[in-house]
Amino acid sequence: MFAFTVKRIIQAVIVMLIISFIGFAIKHNFGDPIRDLVGQRVTPAERAQIRERLGLNDPFMVQYVRFLGDAIQGDLGQSYFFKKPAAEVIVKKAPATIELVFCAAMIIVVLSVPLGIHAAIKPKSLLSRFVMGGSIVGVSMPVFLTAILLIYIFSVELHWLPSYGRGETVQLFGWWDSGLVTLDGLKHLIMPSIALSSIMLPLFIRLIRSEMMEVLESEYVKYAWAKGLKPRRVWLVHAFKNTLLPVITVGGVQLGIMVAFTILTETVFQWQGMGSMFIESVERSDTSLMVAYLVFVGIVFVLVNTLVDIIYGLVNPTVRVAGRQ
Amino acid sequence: MKLSTFKSAGKFSLLLLTLIVALMLVGCGGEEKKEAEKAAPAPEAPAKVTLKLAMDADPVSLDPHVQLSGGMLQYSHMVFDSLVRYDQDMNFVPRLAEKWERIDDLTMRFYLRKGVKFHSGNDFTAEDVVFTIDRLKKSDDYKGLFEPFVGATVVDTHTVDLVTKKPYGLVLNMATYVFPMDKMFYSGTDDKGKAKDLIIKTDYSFANENESGTGPFVVTQREQGVKTVFTRFADYWDKNGNIEEIVLSPIKNDATRVAALLSGDVDFIMPVPPQDLDRIKSTDGLKLITMSGSRIITFQLNQQRNPALADAKVRQAMAYAYDNNGVVEKIMKGFATAASQMSPKGYVGHNENLPLRFDLEKAKALMAESGYPDGFEATMIAPNNRYVNDEKIAEAFVSMMSKIGIKISLKTMPKAQYWDEFDAQAADIQMIGWHSDTEDSGNFYEFLSMCRNAETGYGQYNSGNYCNARVDELTLAAQTETDPAKRAADCQEVEKIQYDEAGFIPLHWQNLSWASKSGMNTEEIVNVMNFPYFGDLVIK
Repeated sequence: MFAFTVKRIIQAVIVMLIISFIGFAIKHNFGDPIRDLVGQRVTPAERAQIRERLGLNDPFMVQYVRFLGDAIQGDLGQSYFFKKPAAEVIVKKAPATIELVFCAAMIIVVLSVPLGIHAAIKPKSLLSRFVMGGSIVGVSMPVFLTAILLIYIFSVELHWLPSYGRGETVQLFGWWDSGLVTLDGLKHLIMPSIALSSIMLPLFIRLIRSEMMEVLESEYVKYAWAKGLKPRRVWLVHAFKNTLLPVITVGGVQLGIMVAFTILTETVFQWQGMGSMFIESVERSDTSLMVAYLVFVGIVFVLVNTLVDIIYGLVNPTVRVAGRQ
Repeated sequence: MKLSTFKSAGKFSLLLLTLIVALMLVGCGGEEKKEAEKAAPAPEAPAKVTLKLAMDADPVSLDPHVQLSGGMLQYSHMVFDSLVRYDQDMNFVPRLAEKWERIDDLTMRFYLRKGVKFHSGNDFTAEDVVFTIDRLKKSDDYKGLFEPFVGATVVDTHTVDLVTKKPYGLVLNMATYVFPMDKMFYSGTDDKGKAKDLIIKTDYSFANENESGTGPFVVTQREQGVKTVFTRFADYWDKNGNIEEIVLSPIKNDATRVAALLSGDVDFIMPVPPQDLDRIKSTDGLKLITMSGSRIITFQLNQQRNPALADAKVRQAMAYAYDNNGVVEKIMKGFATAASQMSPKGYVGHNENLPLRFDLEKAKALMAESGYPDGFEATMIAPNNRYVNDEKIAEAFVSMMSKIGIKISLKTMPKAQYWDEFDAQAADIQMIGWHSDTEDSGNFYEFLSMCRNAETGYGQYNSGNYCNARVDELTLAAQTETDPAKRAADCQEVEKIQYDEAGFIPLHWQNLSWASKSGMNTEEIVNVMNFPYFGDLVIK
């Protein structure tokens, strides 16, 4: 386990260096962040002065090495727009995104497992056909369209749910702004989580179904039937457990796509999380915040992938994680 | 389903149960706290008159001098109050200055309102105006505007003189930008040992996070980019308006902003996206107000890069080939005002005698007469996220020019990349939109049409390299002209010259729009500068 951990950390550091370098290269070629900070009347000479003050005129490598040096000490730069350290801005926005992703993941897990299993066991039932048909619609509908449709139906026409924002939030542990613990906050969560889960849910239902169907055809399941085990035991213990492995792998990979869809969902619902923060930082050329976010997402990815590997090993001990001889 | 038959699922469900219980406990805790909060202010008077406002952006700072932008000026009108301000017809009306008079060519005397208090409780005096002008002259964004001023001098506690270096016709225009700041409040040093009056763009400063103005509203809660709460200032001198609280939420996405209004989650939105104008107009209980704006959108034709564009006949042909009204109707959905010149109606330079000139036959004839009867090739760049429908307009322009034999290769890009290319004059034809920050025609000419001069900064955004000595002469004369009639004549002559020479292609002025619930006097508080005077808003 120790060797595995060390290997993992080294890998993570390399990955982070690459991500930060790419992010920084984008920043360097992205355009002038000063434009969004000054009025039209400020002359090129004055803009150059401001750039000099912010250290944007230094050569690329000088800026990059300075960035790395600061990053090691936990300083990811200064957000020009928020006038605060970028790391602080990101941490402040993180709870909103994490709660949104958490709720969407809940919806996916709670619905995809039973529906996927059902569709595999009884592929000809009415419910299965309905679910499979619906999932095609779900996969092919862009998230922002789903989101806008939801807003128009439930906010504009029916006035049931609020159309934007997080609503009332409560501070937990002194820093975590949570919308999960107030009724208003939960109401605000419903539509964004549905919109966010709308792409992944059909995907997972289809994945579970097809994997499960394959497993049901395998020799050991036939053997289990032959032994005269109860159907429920065969389906859940023998078949479903082995369906889980590919589902977890795909789930880990899909997390990245989830981040992308979070950006879209947050933009439509004016959800004040990291996704909309990122898009706005791009629009404002708040390049420091952009890079900080990319690095932050990089860290999250490395952590999640490590976690996925570990869970993989736990679910199926016969699978040996690389480096764990 | 018996979950316990599934070993790991058993553990999982236990975990889930714990989590749910924990959340419920925390939730109840939150509810109790809320109850307690509610209980305290309950005995107070009836419900507050609150305006829930959604804009596409929110103020970038609480320091009015940190940036010169529409958003910051909107904020300044809420929290600070200017010496004078414009009414809907662009006349100057008294605010903190009750009246003013010209003492001599260089001096304008302002008599200040008595008994005005700052949010901090300090009294407002002439000293604060002097402090504010000095600070404006230090601000990166404002020092250009206040460059013609020597400064302000105190005459007595409630009288102040604004002194210019040369005779200057725009003293009152500039006085609309003087939002007096509390000298006592912004003097000294803060907890971090930094001077409180520092102007800092990208980092913490006292003024970025604290305010004390004399305006109708006090900032009582602010989470940048999420929510800002403005509460009525109890000691505000002007008793118009009955809004006690404004909750401002920035909503960037157009469709979401409109949905928020339609669903009743907010009371007032600005701007309204063109595609939703009809929907709002036809909804009961909502009202839509639109106004022709003052931001001109133009194409500049670079006479130095492309020899064909140096030919006046060619430029005129292009002006005749461009269908302003067509673009306004089809692409802008009627939500713009076709332009034949830079100055919109109401500006001194607006010249009534310059008609729109769409005439394809005339354009073809002019091309035949020019040195390029068979047309020519040109390059063009335009932004794709800066002005309303900028990319589509540029594409329309390309296809219109192809009808007179001009083959244009167009490249569009986001504004973050665009402005560097624009400055570098990377293409023969470049798009630019301009709003005059002095609300005066002279500003258009100084930046867009005077001969480029790196030393003086004139013609800084004139990427067409248009240059006419008479335009320069008239523009400079207008700067020091204090007689409004003479200034107007000078400015109108500039428009005429530019029109005749087709120095650039004017497209249209973008319209402005606001929408609100109908029980408000929305139409009375908005104006062509797009600074709604929320202090005067009345909800019936």
